[in-house]
Formats: sequence, C-alpha cells, structure tokens
Amino acid sequence: MKRPYLLLRHRDIPDLNDLTVYRQHGGFEAFRKAVTTMQPQEVVEIVKASGLRGRGGAGFPTGLKWSFIDQKNWPHYVVANADESEPGTFKDREIMEGNPFQFLEGLMIAAYAVQANVAYVYVRGEFWHLAHQLDRRIQQLHNAGFLGDRLFGTDYSLRIYTHLGAGAYICGEETALLESLEGKLGQPRLRPPFPPAVGLFGKPTIVNNVETLANVPLIIEHGAEWYRSFGTEKSPGVKIFCLSGRVNRPGNYELPLGTTFRELIFEHGKGIPDGKQIKAIMAAGASSALIVADDRALDTPMDYESVPALGAQLGSASVIVIDETVSMDWLIRKTVHFFQHESCGKCTPCREGTYWMKHLVDRIHHGEASQNDVELLYDVASQMRGKCLCALGEFSIEAVLSAIERFPQDFAARVAQQEPAL
Amino acid sequence: MNHLLEKYATEIETTLAKYPPDQKRAAAMPLLYLAQREYGYVTKQALREISEILDVPPTEIGQLVGFYTLYYDEPGGKYRLQVCTDLPCALRGAEEFLEQLCENLGIQVGETTPDGLITVEKVMCLAGCDRAPLFQVQTAEGITYHENQSVESAMKLIRTWQSNP
Repeated sequence: MKRPYLLLRHRDIPDLNDLTVYRQHGGFEAFRKAVTTMQPQEVVEIVKASGLRGRGGAGFPTGLKWSFIDQKNWPHYVVANADESEPGTFKDREIMEGNPFQFLEGLMIAAYAVQANVAYVYVRGEFWHLAHQLDRRIQQLHNAGFLGDRLFGTDYSLRIYTHLGAGAYICGEETALLESLEGKLGQPRLRPPFPPAVGLFGKPTIVNNVETLANVPLIIEHGAEWYRSFGTEKSPGVKIFCLSGRVNRPGNYELPLGTTFRELIFEHGKGIPDGKQIKAIMAAGASSALIVADDRALDTPMDYESVPALGAQLGSASVIVIDETVSMDWLIRKTVHFFQHESCGKCTPCREGTYWMKHLVDRIHHGEASQNDVELLYDVASQMRGKCLCALGEFSIEAVLSAIERFPQDFAARVAQQEPAL
Repeated sequence: MNHLLEKYATEIETTLAKYPPDQKRAAAMPLLYLAQREYGYVTKQALREISEILDVPPTEIGQLVGFYTLYYDEPGGKYRLQVCTDLPCALRGAEEFLEQLCENLGIQVGETTPDGLITVEKVMCLAGCDRAPLFQVQTAEGITYHENQSVESAMKLIRTWQSNP
C-alpha cells in the first residue's frame, strides 16, 4: 500500500488549499493544542526530540535553533524563508500552492514556541501570485479566529505578514533575507551574532524554510517518536526531493530520508530519456559538487550523513540528473554564470572570484583555452574556499572543483578540440 | 506634492502597518512595486516620493533598484517575457527555446519589439525546473508563470497580446 503523503497531502486530499477542507482534515488542531495546552518550552522540546532538521539546505536541527532564541531581548520574530531560488529546487512552491495552510500552521506553532507576536513570510518576488494568495489566506485565518489578539481566549496574540522580495538568489541566505526585509540590499551579515540573538530589526529572530515549517504541525499532532519512525536515525522524517534535468519524470517526490539515488532516479523518475546513460548527479542544485553516477553513488542513501561520503552535500535535496551527452565544461559554465550574476558583491573572494571564473569558463567553452587555463580555473576556485562571507560564495566553487577533479577528460577534450562547443 | 502618497494613501498606510513604527524603511520594496505599477518603471520622481514617505535618502532607495532584478529604472515593453535558462532548464532545451523565440520576434535577448509591446529577457532560476521550458511575464500589474512551453505555445500567447495591445 502506498504511504499517505505527509507534506504534499494535497495530492491525496483534493482542495486542501481551501481552509474549510484543511480544517475538516484536522487543520489548526495542532496549533490550538500548542497554544491552549502546552508551554512554549514544551513545543521546543518536542521539535528537538523529533530530530527535524532544516530543509532549506543547511540541515541544522530545528528545535535546537528555536532553543537559541534570546529570552532577555524582546520582541521576538519568526520569519519563513520562501525565497526558493536554488536552481533545481521547486518544492516550497508546491507546498505553498497545494498545502499552504499546513505551512502557515507550522509557522504559527513556531511563533508560539518562541513567543513571537509577529511573523513574516519572505516570498521571492517571482512568486508574486503566491504571495497574494497567501495574503488572502492569512485574512481568512484572522476571520476564523486563528490569528489576531488573545487566541483561543489565552493571552497569546499573533499576526502574519508577507513580504515580497524582488529577484535576488542571495536573499535565501538568512541574514541577507533579514537585511532585505528591513528594506536594504540583500547582503549577508557577519556572524556571530546569529539571528536567534540579533535578527530582524535587531531583535531575536528564527528563520525557517517553508518545508521545515510544514513538518511542525505533524510533530505536534503525532509526537516526536512517530516522526522518528520515518527516515534514518540521524536524518529523521520525510523530505521532498526535487528531481530535474535529464530524467523521464521530473518533479517533486516526497520520500523518507535515506532513500537511494537509484530509487529516486530510476523508480520514481523512470530513468534517463532516449536510452542514454547517467553520467553525474547534483544533489543540492547548482550548489552541488558533481557526483560520479557509478553503482556506489546510485546505491547511496540520500540523507545528511551519507551524501557527504561521496564528496558532496544533500543540501535542499534538489537532484539534477546529468546524462552522458553533457560535457562538464558546458555545465560549469552554466553554474558559474549563475553565481557570478547572483553574487551580492559584499565580499571580495566571491565578487572577484566568480568574475574571474566566468572569464575562464567562457574562454574554455569558446575553445580559446589551454590546459593552463583549466588549472588556473581550479586555482581560482580553490583560493575562494573558506574565504567567502556566506555559504553562497562557497557554493559557487563546488561544481567547478568537482568537475575538474572527477571529469578531467571533458576538459582535456575541450582544450584539445580548440573549437567552440555547440 | 507627493503623487504616490496622495493617490495611494490607504494602500501605503496598510503597507507601513506591517512593520514596526520605527522601521518604516522596511516598506521600501513594497513601495517600489507600487511605483512601478503607477509609472511603469521606477522614475526619479518615484525615488523622491518614496524617500519622502520613508524618510530615507533617495540614493538608498535607488540602490535597491540596481540590486534587485525585478525593479527597472527605465521603461521596457508592456510585457517583459523572462525565460529561465539556468542549468536544469537548459538540460530541457530552454536555450534553444529562447533563441527560437527571439528569432520569431525578430529581436535579440534584452531588446524590445518595435511596437513597444514585448521585452525578452534571460533570467535566473524561477523554481519551475521540472516544467521547463518556462518563462514568467512581468507587467506593471504583477507576474504570471507559463510552464511546459514550446515556441508555438509562446507565440500563441504573444498573438493574444498583439491583437489586444
């Protein structure tokens, strides 16, 4: 029997994005339970015990993050990160379209847990339509008595506002997101202090990804132990894997953490089109190191511990499939152009490094390069490692270094060819 | 006289109410969208008006326009057709799609059709990688997504704009 969906529940239940339908299926009972029967600290403890880890990419334990909130400095804020912009990632969008109330309920429980009376949803500007839908749904929640003052007759009050971004990948980084929410350039802050100490408007703030928050009502409803029955010991729960690239059935797949690459790509994704062979996998979108798609890799469980053994990261679990027809010099030109365009310009290693990498990948691609240029590219990327202000700068070199290390033949062939690629 | 403030007093008040009273600057991004809706792009006048409403120097509002890709400091086509050609989309033919679309319209990427109707642009990931080729259409009124596109389906949409400019 097929396991019912936990996050993509709208695939089992029609019209779940309608408040009445969501409530008929137990919607907002977890929020009510938390506010009327639990101490904020109890909510934090249950989420901690569930082992839920941040689904935005970093995999940081969610309950632990909540427990870091500074109790001496008020007010507190919670911000949902709905700035989904990593190439290969399109899961938060489906949640907000299909199952928006579960996400909002998770946000509301998070707000109660850290006693925030105001929460924001930072929605990327391209999701203009979604942000307006969320505004209408937030209004419905006010009308239904789930948002506003003195909820369920308690002293707790909560308001939620959306804030629309305007096109900047960097705003997915939580401190850049907070800057942007304050009406400034989306540039990361120097840390520490981290947002739970000094966040939005200088106040203690929790920033959580949309998918992370969508897990929270389930944990409150069914308990930490139940949640731990899915996934692996260190990576509990289910995850939405975004499958894209050269695969027959791209899309979102909700699976337990620890599912193998082979099952995702060949069972759910139905394999590679046109009878081609799989060549490489990127597990964390454009920020990924390239994994050589051999049997060992394909049989690796996709969880936060196993993927690093392949010299890569699980990140947001955005699996891009690369087939044998793709040359890695073409591929890294795509990723480098992306990061060069999206570099916020604040720190020198990323701003200058991505600029020089762009020149080098263009030269290689246009058949104007020698093997020395490939080595220079490797050198530039290596020099950026560990020196960027935020993780996004570091991400820009992952594909470059791994491509040159693991697929040197592609570069040798391009250099030898001395003619432009198609 | 502040045109934006006079014409949209209630909307601006609602926007400002989302943020703490001493953090008015947070409303800069929503107000830039409002300015684009009113003027088509962020004019110098709009910068002055927003600056006045928020009590933030106009240059600090202006730099947001340069930083964020969905704001414009010059007029473009009525429809900005923005195609994603990032890696996952490129693996599904987005680059060829964009090239053929431009050929059909007789313009290069970044250019506007002579009738001023359409600007074609190349943009970064739109979070629709499984439904590529895809593009978004940005107008003064907002943004819509168009997924699983072919040159034929895109041209069909464009013809509806052309017949009803």
